[in-house]
Amino acid sequence: MRNDVQTTSRSSSAARQPGTPAGGPARYSDATLTPPVDVLEDAGGITLYADLPGVSREQLNLQVESDTLTIEAEANLSVPPELTSSHTEVGLARFRRVFTLSKELDTERVSAELAQGVLKLRIPKAQHAQPRRIQVQVA
Amino acid sequence: MYRSLFPRDVFAEMDRLQREMQQALDLSPTIRGVARNGFPAINVGGTPQTVEIYVFAPGVDPATLEVQLERGLLTIAGERKSPLAEVEADAKVTAHIHERFDGRFRRVLTLPDDADPEAVEARLRDGVLHITVQRRASAQPRRIAIH
Repeated sequence: MRNDVQTTSRSSSAARQPGTPAGGPARYSDATLTPPVDVLEDAGGITLYADLPGVSREQLNLQVESDTLTIEAEANLSVPPELTSSHTEVGLARFRRVFTLSKELDTERVSAELAQGVLKLRIPKAQHAQPRRIQVQVA
Repeated sequence: MYRSLFPRDVFAEMDRLQREMQQALDLSPTIRGVARNGFPAINVGGTPQTVEIYVFAPGVDPATLEVQLERGLLTIAGERKSPLAEVEADAKVTAHIHERFDGRFRRVLTLPDDADPEAVEARLRDGVLHITVQRRASAQPRRIAIH
């Protein structure tokens, strides 16, 4: 079952990217952060953990298309209107990362959890691709 | 921490590098240094009434999170467990990608002199710890009337 979460809405929030001019060139508005991930594989499938701080379920967009997994998200921080930044280590509020999935992964049964800003994706392997022990005949 | 080997946008990446170079040549570095690329990432800003600190610490167990303010020094410490800790002992698990930080962390910031240690609020939501420190009322700019 495909896990479609609503698309992020591109609202024109004022505090989007500190330091960039309003109506600047398109390249700045397309800039996104690449979230760090951990990918573990066991016999049943793949588990992916991604750091998406400040992201809630409504702002997360997961898409699985044939063999591509796309994670897009927008963080929502409660920023007071008259804030001036003095030290910025996270300069953007948008995340994006794309993965190519191999053929034995069952993209119909992807499940996802988002808690405390960590996305946990579980992509099981297709039934026919589960590891099977091959009997060795001794002649 | 959020760098990638093949930056999607070369111009944004170059701007970031330029900013980092400028910071590296900072002429009056603080004694505690400007910690960069540590976990958790921190954004600091201010309003006329408050100092706002955003700590990006997703997946950190709130029970291990400690925020302390002592003599103008704000310390944020805690621990994040690696996802491998959830795996049973005999399960065969391969870690293909391991980019996320795990383990104990501690970051220290110096707050400005007018920060009031009695009026600190910290809120953790979606992995972002938002700390608001009020500035001392006596330090607020006051307009002096001329008779």
